[in-house]
Amino acid sequence: MSAPIAAETILQISSLPITNAQINATLALVVLGIVAFCLKRSIKDVPGRLQNAVEAILEALLDVFDQVTNDRKKSKRYLPLVGTLFLFILLSNWMSLLPGTGSIGVWHLIHGENELVPLFRPAMSDLNLTAAMALISVITANFVGMFTVGFFVHWNKFIQLGTLWKALKTMNFMKIFTAVIELAVGVIEMVSEIAKVVSLSLRLFGNIFAGEILITVIASLAAFIMPLPFMALEIIVGIVQATVFSLLTLVYLTAASSAPHAEEESVEVAAAH
Amino acid sequence: MGQLDAESIKIFTKGITIAIATIAPAMAIGSIVSKAMESIGRNPEATSKLFVPMLLGAAFAEAIAIYALVVVFTL
Repeated sequence: MSAPIAAETILQISSLPITNAQINATLALVVLGIVAFCLKRSIKDVPGRLQNAVEAILEALLDVFDQVTNDRKKSKRYLPLVGTLFLFILLSNWMSLLPGTGSIGVWHLIHGENELVPLFRPAMSDLNLTAAMALISVITANFVGMFTVGFFVHWNKFIQLGTLWKALKTMNFMKIFTAVIELAVGVIEMVSEIAKVVSLSLRLFGNIFAGEILITVIASLAAFIMPLPFMALEIIVGIVQATVFSLLTLVYLTAASSAPHAEEESVEVAAAH
Repeated sequence: MGQLDAESIKIFTKGITIAIATIAPAMAIGSIVSKAMESIGRNPEATSKLFVPMLLGAAFAEAIAIYALVVVFTL
């Protein structure tokens, strides 16, 4: 009745397995690509209908980003990555609510039982995809940090030998003591970098996967009318999770690109999650 | 009633872990959103400004439940 945690393989191209979640992700990419292609061909000074809609979406996104970065220039710099993540997650979440997802499939013999393997599965209900996206955003944040505040300033957040060296030069006991504690804080920062990847990927995966199971279960109880309120809930969950994922990426990027201060280090947003 | 074997203790532990670990994040998210609603009630113009920080706060609180979920998965 309910889908297994891992996405099922639909067909195998030599050693490359194509899973049903992958089919959905590719479909979302194709839709985004077609829209982008049509838009690029018809870009004008006086916007048409499509261009107007996309411009409105971009304006709204930039307005939300400004609330996090407090700087339109920064928002525009991070828009390509964060906006793409938002649009991709939102589109694939909403596409997975279309009829056919999880219900059209082929019968396969799994563990001695005849089971329906769906052809389409919500793309975000595959942990591989969400983990890949979380890795992209955290690694990008680290690279942004290295390039904007400087290589040594960035890594000094994690391995605070620079702070210790500065404190040793002052020969002040309290300062050396603080620096030793900050060395330990740096280790926690390193762990929190890994925790960021884990929480980003599992939040998105868990919400979408739970939604898919919820709808499957409700639809098996009563096929008509009953699933409707849950579908409406899933539409909201889809946009909220897309917003949360992209905004957290933006928070990490902004926190990495702002220079750390010795006193403010502990109240940084990046540390507090 | 026979004695509990290792497998059933494992299942019990999983259930109890996630059940206890979701209490605190649930209360945290509840208080975050209720405070946000209260603020919106007092000052409806601040809705658009409040929304993003509220969402981020809820996401950070939710992360704690996700750590417990990771522990449950690895048990």
